[in-house]
Amino acid sequence: MSLLEIKNLHVEVGGRKILNGLNLSVEKGQVAAIMGPNGSGKSTLSYVLAGKPGYTVLEGEALYNGESLLTMPPDERAAKGVFLAFQYPLEIPGVASMTFLRTALNAQKKTRGEPELSTPEFLKRVREVAGKLGIEPEMLRRSVNVGFSGGEKKRNEVLQMAMLEPRLCILDETDSGLDIDALRIVSEGVNNLRSSDRAMVVITHYQRLLDYIVPDVVHVLSKGRIVKTGGKELAHELEAHGYAQFAGEAA
Amino acid sequence: MNAELRQVKTAAEQGLADAFAAARGSLPGAAAVAALREAAFGRFVAKGLPHRRVEEWKYTDLRALMREAKPIAAPPGVPEKAQAKDAGGMLGSLEARRLIFVDGAFVAEMSDLTALEPGLTIGSMADALAAGEPLVLEQLSRPADDMALALNTAFMGDGAVIAVREGVALARPIHLVFLHAGKPAAIYPRSMVDVGRASRLALIESHESADGRDDQVNAAIDLVVADDAHVDYVKIGAESSKALHIASLTALIGANARFNAFVFTTGGAVTRNQFFIRCGGDNSTIRLGGVSLLKGRQHADTTVVLDHATVGCQSREVFKAVLDGASRGVFQGRIIVQPKAQKTDARMMSQALLMSEDAEADNKPELEIYADDVQCGHGATAGALDENLKFYLMARGLPERDAEALLIQAFIGEAVEGIEHAGLRDALMDEAVRWLGARV
Ligand SMILES: Nc1ncnc2c1ncn2[C@@H]1O[C@H](COP(=O)(O)OP(=O)(O)O)[C@@H](O)[C@H]1O
Ligand SMILES: [Mg+2]
Repeated sequence: MSLLEIKNLHVEVGGRKILNGLNLSVEKGQVAAIMGPNGSGKSTLSYVLAGKPGYTVLEGEALYNGESLLTMPPDERAAKGVFLAFQYPLEIPGVASMTFLRTALNAQKKTRGEPELSTPEFLKRVREVAGKLGIEPEMLRRSVNVGFSGGEKKRNEVLQMAMLEPRLCILDETDSGLDIDALRIVSEGVNNLRSSDRAMVVITHYQRLLDYIVPDVVHVLSKGRIVKTGGKELAHELEAHGYAQFAGEAA
Repeated sequence: MNAELRQVKTAAEQGLADAFAAARGSLPGAAAVAALREAAFGRFVAKGLPHRRVEEWKYTDLRALMREAKPIAAPPGVPEKAQAKDAGGMLGSLEARRLIFVDGAFVAEMSDLTALEPGLTIGSMADALAAGEPLVLEQLSRPADDMALALNTAFMGDGAVIAVREGVALARPIHLVFLHAGKPAAIYPRSMVDVGRASRLALIESHESADGRDDQVNAAIDLVVADDAHVDYVKIGAESSKALHIASLTALIGANARFNAFVFTTGGAVTRNQFFIRCGGDNSTIRLGGVSLLKGRQHADTTVVLDHATVGCQSREVFKAVLDGASRGVFQGRIIVQPKAQKTDARMMSQALLMSEDAEADNKPELEIYADDVQCGHGATAGALDENLKFYLMARGLPERDAEALLIQAFIGEAVEGIEHAGLRDALMDEAVRWLGARV
């Protein structure tokens, strides 16, 4: 059984139809890239999977581990292992990163009926993971993302992902706003999480990221549908020839 | 005063008149105090309960909100006093010096009066009135325009009289614990606190009562903060959600002093916290803040009159209200900068978080600036929680109520942060978390 199985998904937001019969399967252990031009519906897909309010599913379904995902509240999806690294991470004034991480981790554990992490265990893990991502302890004491640079926000998303150990990681343009060093660090963080029982959906519209996070499969999204699926060489093809060749196929 | 212009007395006004007539002979204090009471009550008779056409009470129409006048509280007996054993428990970890007031009356035998620090004196207001203490009388003889304060002066029963001699830094906070335990009643505590030059005091005042009680509390405190002194004041209103609670703080702040006042309200059907603060010396720092956490049909009004009468004082006001159900939060902030109060730096902020469509926030800032070299600003917001932030937190695994609670904590944290005493800050945040946890 696929970890994620999306069938004929039609989604409307703000009175506009954005996803138009999208089909996609993601297997355990797989890294799947989704590439597509701006406005093709990549973020819409990621939000629908994470459960953002305001997105109306008109038709179709998304099964996660065989379970219907689209009717679950976002926190339940998270506890079951769905994680979205936001394209634009939000700032939360007054909530320290440390508190945020800890509250989130324990909330998920509580929902799953697992014991909470003790304070020393938690601190040890945060330091370890943050250290690998080049995140200063001082940053963890500050309010979530407040005053962070674009790159720092993205790193913070990957930190959250590493701490929460999800099973389905959806990374929405995690490469945007990163310089080459940050890109390497963030990619390493993501690669460290690759495992046989975890799947990653890496959304990007540049091939560059895929030199660091090498995908098993590449899907092309255009006008709200997957219009082409291929191996990692498809990313290079897109880089060389652009998306125009696929635009017609989606119509 | 034109009698024809007075509206017909309401039941509550008539009840207050009857209560005063019946009690005037037995209220504490000799002739001089009785005269102050008569004068104050006379002002009430002339004007009646404040109503919506009295600008200062625009949003809290006492004439409409107060249906009847409760009888004046009887002196507490043994069973009433016994209920006060654990009162003020939420601040237990502070090891404050607790002064216990049951139904407004000072209960010396339950209060911590042992090993008073040298330079600290604590007494009861009823005793001070009976003895005609000159300093107390002098303070009381400053006439107040405000009707709630006038009523308090007319009926005042007991309270604390605290003096801290100059140069005394008290390490232990003093906690005035008010508990209402007898038959639901009208309670008029009046306290006076005099903090000497270069002294330090942390003063806490809390009011509690079992839920369902409909007491009418009208409390007042007069505070003098001398030059170079540093006073932290925190007031907690945690009475029954049926109580009427009016509290007036009148403070005179000396030069180079620090005064930090905070009011935390979760209780009461109708609450009004009034601050009348006057900077009477140069270069002092005033911080005022508050958090109201309201639900159901609760109504809480915070009204501040801050009078910058001297040079170079800095004031900061941060008031936050979290309004659930059909509750209503009111903030009225008036800042007066007198002609000679140059270099005043005054800033005021009030923010309301509307947790339901039926909640209402009213905000009325008033700046009266008569000096030219000043900085003065205010801001106000009212709105719902940010849905995108809520989604972000939920996407990380927080259930909806927990996500809201975390965001609300962050929202009120900005005000609570202004409290200098770390233990108090934590205790109030814990209270807020408890309140949030009880939301359904
Ligand atoms: N809330 C919304 N209301 C209306 N249109 C929206 C909304 N969100 C996204 N869109 C539109 O949907 C299309 C797809 O957006 P998005 O999923 O963000 O694309 P991508 O991430 O691929 O760049 C865009 O044309 C965008 O303007
Ligand atoms: Mg996008």
